[in-house]
Amino acid sequence: MNILIALLWIAVVAATAMGAGWLFRGLVVKVARGSAARVFRTAPLTAGFGMLVILVYVLVAVFAPVIAPFAEREVVGAQFLPWDSTHLLGTDNLGRDMFTRLVYGARNTVGIAFATTALAFTLGASLGLLAATVGGWLDQVLSRLVDILMAIPSLIFSLLLLTIFGTSVVTLVLVIATIDSTRVFRLARSVAQNIVVMDYIEAARLRGEGLWRLIAREILPNAMAPLVAEFGLRFCFVFLTISALSFLGVGIQPPTADWGSMVRENATLITFGDITPLLPAGAIALLTVAVNFVVDWMLYRASGLKE
Amino acid sequence: MSLVWTMVAKRLGLGLLTLVIISLIIFSATEMLPGDLAKAILGQSATEETVAAFRRELGLDLPAHTRYLNWLLGALQGDFGTSFASRRPISELIGMRLGNTLALALYAAAIAVPLSLALGILAALFRNTVFDRSTNAFALTSISFPEFFVAYILIFVLAQSGVFPSMARIDATTSFGDYLYRAFLPALTLTLVVTAHMMRMTRAAIINLLASPYIEMARLKGMKPMRVILIHALPNALAPIITVVALNLAYLITGVVLVEVVFVYPGLGQLMVDSVSKRDIPVVQAVSLIFATAYVLLNLLADVLSTLSNPRLIHRK
Repeated sequence: MNILIALLWIAVVAATAMGAGWLFRGLVVKVARGSAARVFRTAPLTAGFGMLVILVYVLVAVFAPVIAPFAEREVVGAQFLPWDSTHLLGTDNLGRDMFTRLVYGARNTVGIAFATTALAFTLGASLGLLAATVGGWLDQVLSRLVDILMAIPSLIFSLLLLTIFGTSVVTLVLVIATIDSTRVFRLARSVAQNIVVMDYIEAARLRGEGLWRLIAREILPNAMAPLVAEFGLRFCFVFLTISALSFLGVGIQPPTADWGSMVRENATLITFGDITPLLPAGAIALLTVAVNFVVDWMLYRASGLKE
Repeated sequence: MSLVWTMVAKRLGLGLLTLVIISLIIFSATEMLPGDLAKAILGQSATEETVAAFRRELGLDLPAHTRYLNWLLGALQGDFGTSFASRRPISELIGMRLGNTLALALYAAAIAVPLSLALGILAALFRNTVFDRSTNAFALTSISFPEFFVAYILIFVLAQSGVFPSMARIDATTSFGDYLYRAFLPALTLTLVVTAHMMRMTRAAIINLLASPYIEMARLKGMKPMRVILIHALPNALAPIITVVALNLAYLITGVVLVEVVFVYPGLGQLMVDSVSKRDIPVVQAVSLIFATAYVLLNLLADVLSTLSNPRLIHRK
């Protein structure tokens, strides 16, 4: 019986999500003009839902101080208060408002994950494109270095590096960005290798274009589609890694509101049958699912099956 | 015959080289420490004499390459030095926990591998049906979930009602049956995390082959679809399946870290996380070396097995 109810819930949630996706897609098609509207009209419902979720997260992150009823680190009541009208989701282990921390968590966790991904991308993609364009010993050295770094499991490697350099947000961002840039390097290099053998690159070289211009103006625009999709996937991995590290207590440090450490701090409630600690974890899961949906659609479009 | 063995030997050699370089990276971790290690551990208030005595005790006054060789030779014999935090030999800390971690990974693999192979084969058999689509959607979602989310959902659903314990209390006296019961939730969490990927790869590897002429032939003979897949398609799909299974087992090795913390399971992962927050560098180095070795060995095994599963490489003319 319980299983039937659970299945019914899953079906209801899935149907609502798809309905929201449909409404959002309709809205975007109405607002957008020209070719953009045509692109969005063909988007699957899952992608519509994904974009809606991402938009909501961005809005919450930007307007966190407006939405949140209390300050991020303010102790507002007793510990572990149940849900009521003043404390929408109750309070946490120190008596801080759970809803407020959840809202600020969107800003901190997602913001830090996004900055890390952007850094990993700048580093990995520029080195990867450079290695493919220049070739020779530079390519060999960089590729072998990346091979070695990728042979160490990434979670273990990041734990090792965090022990050495200490746990602060800056080291966290740098360590994760360095480790993840090796994965980006692999992809950027292999994509660019197929491009550098094209005739128009040969023509550009003969025309006397410099290395920087060659990479930025000739190679990068043609490598954009797979790189953008990789950015989405990489963001998911980075986001999950940072949450995992924060959950383990070596990532984003308290009192900063962060979803990973919020799960850890309030985990005892779960054994008493309270689902509050699952909410931050659910927020992480929902965003990764949403990004995956959008990336799936982008990959499908980039694979040339769009028309 | 000899050709494939030289290939395997080359892979093994390359794997060994990778391991040596990894050990070098892990060792040089302490060298990268900004400032003096002894001062960093003893703190600002330490006198010159204590710092000097501590440096001698750690062997920090020796040149780096001597220390590296000593460390590596010691590690090969199971001696990793002493912990900074507890001042006990690291091998003593690791001993029992290594066994526990391996047992948990094996337990999870024993559920996950048969389950994902069966689901993958069934999804390939009933491709594009409701069954296929729902397993696929389920797999995609469980990939996107953080491990601790899966773990806490399981605790919420299964442990809170008292069916399974939410804390895995394991010690030397725990009997095998008790172990299976107490470690069930951690193993199930790991299973859910790795099954999706293996299942999807099994399905894709089999479906890739279904368009081949020899499968068409088997089908035209009037063979049952299940038999076509099991006898004709599966043997040829083995190489990619073995690779993805080994990759996921390697993933299990790192996945245990989070799961062990959630379920308070006395394994290596928990020791590592504790040592990271205490900045107990020798312990972290030792555990990293063990995890990295397991990871490299499993990847190597995948490489060798998928080569050996291809008869065209073994019986090359």
